[in-house]
Amino acid sequence: MWAILTLLVENKPGILFKVTHLFRSRNFNIDSISVGVTDNPEYSRMTITTYGDEKQVEQIVKQLDKMIDVLEVKHLDEHKTVYRELSIFKIKLSNANDSMEVNKLANAYGGKIHDVRKDSIMVELTATPDQIRAFEELAKPFGIIEVARTGVAALQRSGA
Amino acid sequence: MNKMETMTGARALMVAMEKEGVKEVFGLPGGANLPMYDEFARCNIRHILVRHEQSAAHMADGFGRVSRKPGVCFATSGPGATNILTGIATAQADSSPMIAVTGQVPVAMIGKDAFQESDIIGMANPAVKYAFQPRSPDEIPMVVRKGFYIAETGRPGPVLIDIPKDVQQKEASMIFPDEFKIRGYHPWTNPDMANVERAIEMLLSAERPIILAGGGTIISSAFAELQSIAELLMIPVVTTFKGKGAFPENHPLSLGPIGMHGHAEANKMMTEADCVLAIGTRFSDRSVGTFEAFEKRLKIIHMDVDPAEIGKNQTTSVAVVGDVRASLRIMVKMLMQKAIKRTEENTWIKHVKETKEYWKENLKLHPGEMGAAKILRKLREVLPHESIVTTEVGQHQMWASLFYDVIQPGTFFSSTGLGTMGWGFPAAIGAKVARPDVPVVDIAGDGSFSMTENSLATAVLEDIPVIVFLLNNFTLGMVAQWQRTFYNRRMIGVDQGKCPDYVKLAESYGAQGIRAQSMDELDKAIKTALNSDVATVIDIPIDPEEDVLPFVAPGTSLADMILPS
Repeated sequence: MWAILTLLVENKPGILFKVTHLFRSRNFNIDSISVGVTDNPEYSRMTITTYGDEKQVEQIVKQLDKMIDVLEVKHLDEHKTVYRELSIFKIKLSNANDSMEVNKLANAYGGKIHDVRKDSIMVELTATPDQIRAFEELAKPFGIIEVARTGVAALQRSGA
Repeated sequence: MNKMETMTGARALMVAMEKEGVKEVFGLPGGANLPMYDEFARCNIRHILVRHEQSAAHMADGFGRVSRKPGVCFATSGPGATNILTGIATAQADSSPMIAVTGQVPVAMIGKDAFQESDIIGMANPAVKYAFQPRSPDEIPMVVRKGFYIAETGRPGPVLIDIPKDVQQKEASMIFPDEFKIRGYHPWTNPDMANVERAIEMLLSAERPIILAGGGTIISSAFAELQSIAELLMIPVVTTFKGKGAFPENHPLSLGPIGMHGHAEANKMMTEADCVLAIGTRFSDRSVGTFEAFEKRLKIIHMDVDPAEIGKNQTTSVAVVGDVRASLRIMVKMLMQKAIKRTEENTWIKHVKETKEYWKENLKLHPGEMGAAKILRKLREVLPHESIVTTEVGQHQMWASLFYDVIQPGTFFSSTGLGTMGWGFPAAIGAKVARPDVPVVDIAGDGSFSMTENSLATAVLEDIPVIVFLLNNFTLGMVAQWQRTFYNRRMIGVDQGKCPDYVKLAESYGAQGIRAQSMDELDKAIKTALNSDVATVIDIPIDPEEDVLPFVAPGTSLADMILPS
């Protein structure tokens, strides 16, 4: 299963290294990881998405929880969570219609257009990883030159 | 609030360690830790010089396991630091409290590939419980305070303190804190009473219950509690190898260690049991064989201080998280309150006793006078019960598990998790420093002893008279056994020749060397060693072809035990 984990960690050098090292040495997978400081500069929040069966995810959570620099770790229920990822696509434009077609596609996914050139266009899309993958599939026929993705950021909904 | 004092970082380290009660440090000086070494001249901490930093770490480890207080080792930067890494990983694998203090190149040189620079924090990360690298001298008192606390609380483990040379040298106003908080560290959870109650019900309703005591039982000194529960409920006790001696091995309910080289009766009864009370164990593959086969038809009650161990290797029916001694105490109390006590032997206990009796009579042993079983039983016969035994890693270690009965709980220590050859001798030295009042014996093999034999210099010069009980088959015996068993007797890279002569080796260091080639000579040698003021190596030549049996081959289950034919 795909799991979203949220971690509150000490905002100190070397913590990202320790967390990622734990995944490596325990033979777990990181699907995506994003880190940023919280409103309290002493803490950072990490959002990690991972794959594993229920037992493995439980073990990942326990091993992370054991880390002294990790103050809190939660396995988020994706149905009770707001989670988004930022992605930027550079897409090839081969003929006159392509620009309009890509524009339409981007609009359908709530994307923004940047840096329109004669032979390429950039689309910024903030969405769930599934939506980004779907967009990617539809953009493929135009030719994707480059993609950059940030990994998921997630917070549990209040009252959930 | 404590008053501020101005001093160097190096001085602050020593003052802080004295406040933690440190009396001895095992180590070796070098360029990057000289400021700390200079402070030994002005403090009451004894420095014990080693000949290799790995041995310093093993000594600190041995000290820590015996005293249950962190042992301290010092090494310089670069190779000094990488040399202690094996010792740190060994302590981590066996949950042993340790403080490793390394020198580091000055802050401004970090990352410049300086002479004797190594990123020891990065290298040691997966092998430590925690690591500190103070970048300013005034951090040192707090780092030491927290380091000791982390190392010895909850599930113990090694803590690395890596101090850049300029941080050792610079002066600062120091505050030595009494109180502190580590936000993300919760070493103990209170045992859940309801789960203890469920555990009791499960044990009472089981037809064939068994207790599996792991190393955590020894770490938390839960000996009396374990014995009470076994006796109140009349449940047989097996242990893991690390848990060997958690329960007196001459007790009628004791079956000894299970596992790859477990006692035949222990492995048999473990596979027949329907419910296990597993105490302070991580269900290592060496103990349980294949995970799937072990948990089949078995209800598992798991007590452990580390919540991450619950469900890691085995599926549990009931889990009690918390210090196992606290959990067992609650269990004893509940049993007393409910006046639960079994006095009559049921069919299971009768079967257990018959099985034990059967294997006592029928396990085939080496026919020679100097077979491993006879040698280790002789050692047991002569050694006082309070003696502390460490082992090296290899065949002798497994023979010790099979044939050296631990009578007084908590007197047997071995590198069980990482299986570090060379551990036993320096660990024995550390143990003797912690307990100078009792005899300390390293049950050794020649292959393993060779790795740290230069610690003889430490034993002699520092006046730490331990005994090396060397079962010498001139071979890397365990590897040879696997080559005989699984590789059609193609013996590659295992012959050590008769090199060195261990009696002469001991003598060249100023230690005592005795060769024992008969039971009479062995008896005399052990007695001579026990009365000696100097470290003694007893060299006992044995048959290089003797195998350790029973043997559960890797990747098989405890039921598939290979027995002597």
